[in-house]
Amino acid sequence: MPDTAIAEAPAKAATGGNILQVRNLEAWYGESHILHGINFDVNAGEVVTLLGRNGAGKTTTLKSIMGIIGKRTGSVKFNNQEIIRATSDKIARMGIAFCPEERGIFSSLDVRENLMLPPVVRAGGLPLEQIFDLFPNLKERLNSQGTKLSGGEQQMLAIARILRTGASFLMLDEPTEGLAPVIIQQIGHTIARLKKEGFTILLVEQNFRFASTVADRYYVVEHGKIIDGFSNSELAANMDKLHTYLGV
Amino acid sequence: MTFRGTPKGPGAGSMQALYAQLLVGLINGSFYALLSLGLAVIFGMLNIINFAHGALYMMGAFVAYFLLNLGGINYWWALLLAPIIVGIFGMILERTMLKFLTGLDHLYGLLLTFGIALIVQGVFQNYFGSSGLPYAIPDQLKGGMNLGFMFLPIYRGWVVVFSLVVCLATWFLIEKTQLGAYLRAATENPTLVRAFGINVPRMITLTYGLGVGLAALAGVLSAPINQVRPLMGADLIIVVFAVVVIGGMGSIMGSIITGFALGVIEGLTKYFYPEASNTVVFVLMVLVLLVKPTGLTGRAA
Repeated sequence: MPDTAIAEAPAKAATGGNILQVRNLEAWYGESHILHGINFDVNAGEVVTLLGRNGAGKTTTLKSIMGIIGKRTGSVKFNNQEIIRATSDKIARMGIAFCPEERGIFSSLDVRENLMLPPVVRAGGLPLEQIFDLFPNLKERLNSQGTKLSGGEQQMLAIARILRTGASFLMLDEPTEGLAPVIIQQIGHTIARLKKEGFTILLVEQNFRFASTVADRYYVVEHGKIIDGFSNSELAANMDKLHTYLGV
Repeated sequence: MTFRGTPKGPGAGSMQALYAQLLVGLINGSFYALLSLGLAVIFGMLNIINFAHGALYMMGAFVAYFLLNLGGINYWWALLLAPIIVGIFGMILERTMLKFLTGLDHLYGLLLTFGIALIVQGVFQNYFGSSGLPYAIPDQLKGGMNLGFMFLPIYRGWVVVFSLVVCLATWFLIEKTQLGAYLRAATENPTLVRAFGINVPRMITLTYGLGVGLAALAGVLSAPINQVRPLMGADLIIVVFAVVVIGGMGSIMGSIITGFALGVIEGLTKYFYPEASNTVVFVLMVLVLLVKPTGLTGRAA
């Protein structure tokens, strides 16, 4: 069965239309105003990366799209449907999957239970054998407790479990954070392969060297706003600016 | 008031009396296990120490009584219907009151559920007084069996076996099924589980219903043994909270094992040193708290 997903992929990617449209998105944590009007788009089949310093609002942007920030205003359209007021379980069922920065592996569940936890929201998710093909380590550790895995394995598990669900739009929050270079490389290969299979990916990264190996386009977030955006081919020309933005 | 047995029957002080007290211990243990299991499930998911548990247990017994005397519905149907009816009552409590306590200190949940318990018990006391109403043992479970070493009243044997089966089934549901995996995951990180597409608020309501249903089931089981009284739960729940503290809040198997074990320990104390039988559970609680404050199997509350 692995072939079917691959065969479908070009069809998914070829539609190329706008899949996510964020307009004037504002968000608050209690009293503190974090996002001050975020605007950006993601097209089907793309890998889009949000870059920016710590505390710029990248993670909050993902969480606001996912509906897990209490107070948010503006407009988020997914496949032309307004989701700004939807609860996170409804948003997930529309086909958006989220892999949080802290990975969110459940310690009271074993690897198999963690992997099988997110319910299938629509047809077209990756079959298990294809997931094990991407992450062979996981197959060997199915019966281990979730938190006994290494950091890299936990990250793989966190990505693997959202591939089953049939969600075609993945939001990955700093998947490379705290991982060894060889694992980062493996995650890069995985993201490239997921793109090839037709997934649309919104990535949050501080490590733009890593991002540059997988992303089609970049947006730079600062003080809760998008202050710049460019495609991967324009990266070299924008390097100086980027260094200023990120302070590296 | 838990069942005290008949320590001064013929053969008191003999092996027969020991077995009889063991059986009493197992029966009390069945109620402890069913009730502390429900408390553990509710605490795990809602983070609420459900002081209304005793009142809901009492309601289970009363619903069985009403079903029989007003509707002519027998014990077997009551075993099924009373937990459902009281469970629905519990879910209404959760929807209309408990859900607003999310994220607040334990103290609020404790005070609210304690208040609910007082109101429910007060209403029943107002209409039924404090004395017990009789509830007959169903015909199929009347009589007893001579096991050679002791005489076993069939109903009491049934209570122990049925409670054990229900406890193990609940354990299986929570630890071994996909639904249980949702429950355990949502106990750890409800926000993320919801972001996977699971309606966590609805699951919380159903979990409260399940815990409450277990209490009501214990109430039905206890009706023929202890009579149906408005304060039957208030007396029992104090011991059950001690059981939960010893076993550790939030551990499923821990609360089952501790429930049965403490029932048996209480029974044995009645045989060997009857004067201490009412306090042994609390003495154990103090000892456990001194050595392992999270309880024998528990995680930090």
